[in-house]
Amino acid sequence: MLRASVVVFPGSNCDRDVKVAIERVTGFPVNMVWHGDASVPASDLIVLPGGFSYGDYLRCGAMAAHSPIMRDVIAKAKAGTPVLGICNGFQVLCESGLLPGALMRNASLKFICRDVTLRVDNDKTFFTKCYRKGQVVRLPIAHAEGNYFADEETLDRLEGDGRVVFRYCDEAGEATPQANPNGAQRNIAGICDAAGRVVGLMPHPERLFELALGGADGRRMIESALLSALEAA
Amino acid sequence: MKARIRITLKNGVLDPQGKAIQNALAALGISGVEDVRQGKYIEVELAETSEDRAKETVERMCKDLLANSVIENYAYELQRA
Repeated sequence: MLRASVVVFPGSNCDRDVKVAIERVTGFPVNMVWHGDASVPASDLIVLPGGFSYGDYLRCGAMAAHSPIMRDVIAKAKAGTPVLGICNGFQVLCESGLLPGALMRNASLKFICRDVTLRVDNDKTFFTKCYRKGQVVRLPIAHAEGNYFADEETLDRLEGDGRVVFRYCDEAGEATPQANPNGAQRNIAGICDAAGRVVGLMPHPERLFELALGGADGRRMIESALLSALEAA
Repeated sequence: MKARIRITLKNGVLDPQGKAIQNALAALGISGVEDVRQGKYIEVELAETSEDRAKETVERMCKDLLANSVIENYAYELQRA
């Protein structure tokens, strides 16, 4: 049994995609939670989906980070409930303080919508244990604000603690400047909290979870979550 | 009371929009522009009449929502209506 909840903010637009992806891969129904609700029902994991919550007003994710449901998401995350933030969800995680750093405007100033290659740098998190460390995967990005920024001290701490989960890389797995689509510091595409239970990433695993979509590298993220939840049960 | 709040990117934080504006100014033939940094300006009308309490409120709104301390600084001035 997997009890997954997806938070829906006004302006979320990948909420149903991720619901379908989780239901197809795991076979368990996914619960949708409206941003105005006071609490998330007991869940094995919570997803903050991609989109443009609150129209990206002020800063991407800034308003959503203060919406009523987020008080409970933050409390549950601090109590150990795994949370996955995809794209706008990653921005919300950073704005809410559950993950360090910020997502800034792409260095090119352009909205970028294309597949990228990523290297898995941490295969121990709740959401990545079905990948292998060093594995190169292909997932789509679709964002204008995915340029990960944190001060040098924070970046060193993240690297030292193995909390960089995904890095933009070339086909050979090298994190080169050419493979960096948005100017992110140290090619960072995704990070996690100290316990490896809160994960945020800019790429969209739910958009490539079965071969009919053109690729299935996102599937292992959902399988990882299922495996982690079953192991914890 | 009115609060005029300015939010700017911290030094060392890349500002690609500022760079684009700088390039556009150069393209217009406006020379001598050494750097451009873009920020936000927000006006807030407060019911508060005490300046001390208004400061407290504005500090809180800047820290909790209006500015992101990872990348931005804020400054403000208060003006009596």
